[in-house]
Amino acid sequence: MNLIEARKLVHEYIRRDEEGNVEGILAALDGVDLEVKAGEFVAILGHNGSGKSTLAKHLNVLLKASEGTLWVDGKDTLDDNYQWDIRKSAGMVFQNPDNQIIAGVVEEDVAFGPENIGVPTDEIWNRVEKSLKSVGMLGYREHSPNKLSGGQKQRVAIAGVMAMEPKCIVLDEPTAMLDPQGRREVLEAVGALNREKGITVILITHYMEEAVQADKVYVMDHGKVVMQGKPREIFSQVDRLKSYRLDVPQITLLAHELRKEGLQIPEGILTRQELAEALCQLY
Amino acid sequence: MLRDITIGQYYPSDSILHKLDPRVKLLGTLVYVLSLFFFRGAAGFAAVTLGLAALIWLSKVPLRYMVKGLKAIGVILVLTGMFNLFLTPGEPLASFGIFKITEEGLKNAGFMVIRLTYLILGSSVLTLTTTPNRLTDGLEKALRPLNKIGVPVHEISMIMSIALRFIPILVEETDKIMKAQLARGADFESGNLIKKAKAMAPLLVPLFISAFRRANDLAMAMEARCYNGGEGRTKMKPLKYTGKDGWAYLIMAGYFAGIIVCVWMSRNGRNS
Repeated sequence: MNLIEARKLVHEYIRRDEEGNVEGILAALDGVDLEVKAGEFVAILGHNGSGKSTLAKHLNVLLKASEGTLWVDGKDTLDDNYQWDIRKSAGMVFQNPDNQIIAGVVEEDVAFGPENIGVPTDEIWNRVEKSLKSVGMLGYREHSPNKLSGGQKQRVAIAGVMAMEPKCIVLDEPTAMLDPQGRREVLEAVGALNREKGITVILITHYMEEAVQADKVYVMDHGKVVMQGKPREIFSQVDRLKSYRLDVPQITLLAHELRKEGLQIPEGILTRQELAEALCQLY
Repeated sequence: MLRDITIGQYYPSDSILHKLDPRVKLLGTLVYVLSLFFFRGAAGFAAVTLGLAALIWLSKVPLRYMVKGLKAIGVILVLTGMFNLFLTPGEPLASFGIFKITEEGLKNAGFMVIRLTYLILGSSVLTLTTTPNRLTDGLEKALRPLNKIGVPVHEISMIMSIALRFIPILVEETDKIMKAQLARGADFESGNLIKKAKAMAPLLVPLFISAFRRANDLAMAMEARCYNGGEGRTKMKPLKYTGKDGWAYLIMAGYFAGIIVCVWMSRNGRNS
């Protein structure tokens, strides 16, 4: 069975006027199907308002579906009894690093999750050390989060989730508020967790570049999954992506434009190196 | 100005005060504050000054860092001093119109300013040497008996630790909003007090909105990390008394006894 499986997931935000009459219904999710296998790195792309963050909150039962079903680690998210189990197995990292760090010292913040689920003290120390190490922040364990850079704070937040030993991490636009340096740090840390620890990663973003390293990409628009496949398959459809107000990675775009001008290079080039090789083969 | 508030700011170091159990430090602060309002006479004054100096020295926090915290309450200090100076009845030493300075006033003003200064310095030793989490752990454990009469002790301590964590963030935010509004032509400086207070609206409204948004985000982040109230929680750093905590309690008792002796002596001295 898949680690995460959504079938015809619907989430409606109902807007009411002052008397409580329904004014309008906005379907943030409109029949979403999603399948994520254990150990996969999945990117979910979409423009603002495409429903990607709403989907993320379902994976952690912060929101509940209006219709359809969602299983996380074999547990039905609509069943209240499983709420805490699901949150344990699917950790979540949010956009704003300041608003998700609870404690005033790095290591105590990382310990917050394990404390909540009742892990014994010795084991908490182990886990804190292990997870800070896995994101390269062990040297900052006694620092105040206020003095860290955005990328470092976000890595602490990831360590905080890792310390709960989840099977899967959901990252909801973790790099949206970071500078390029911080963005690189966070993506490297996430990539390493996926490769080395086999943690399933679901990365929600609107930066195409971040989706390149994924095993699978979903593109969302207006609450629907409109494209899915390997990054190469998705990014070879430049014009279609543009119609969903998404920008393809610069290199892919350059290759696409060159191809339009008549150069014989393949579609779906993702990295600088690939483009260089393709160009070299022409001459 | 807002940046200078050091209350609630932890200063990392490995001093003996840092390693004491927070419950010891909480009680110690209470004892110290009490002693500040009990002490009479020169001997008492010497005792509290010595106590404070010893605390600051033991904490290994640079004095400069602590004194910064005083700037924020400078206005209060000056006002208190003035009120005591001019409004205490007694033998006038000098008078300006309806105001007169009396000997008692001079004394009161001096003691009051010293008391407040010591109060801020002394209590900032507590927050500078204790991480907010340990502080609230200490409070939670020390106040646990109140849980039986329905006081939500865990929730209160959680709220406090979060408030402490967000002080610097909100200060920074205030700074940012202030600059943004200044850039749009807002004027926080000129006009009388009422006009100045009104000018704060474009600062406070965005600040509150952002604080609520942060609170919402934080609540979600806490829930996502399985926060479910105080039931069934374990601790990374559970509080356990060690030998030095016992010694600290002893010293504290000795200090308090000393203060009481000073009070008693100065009272006897006055009677005779």
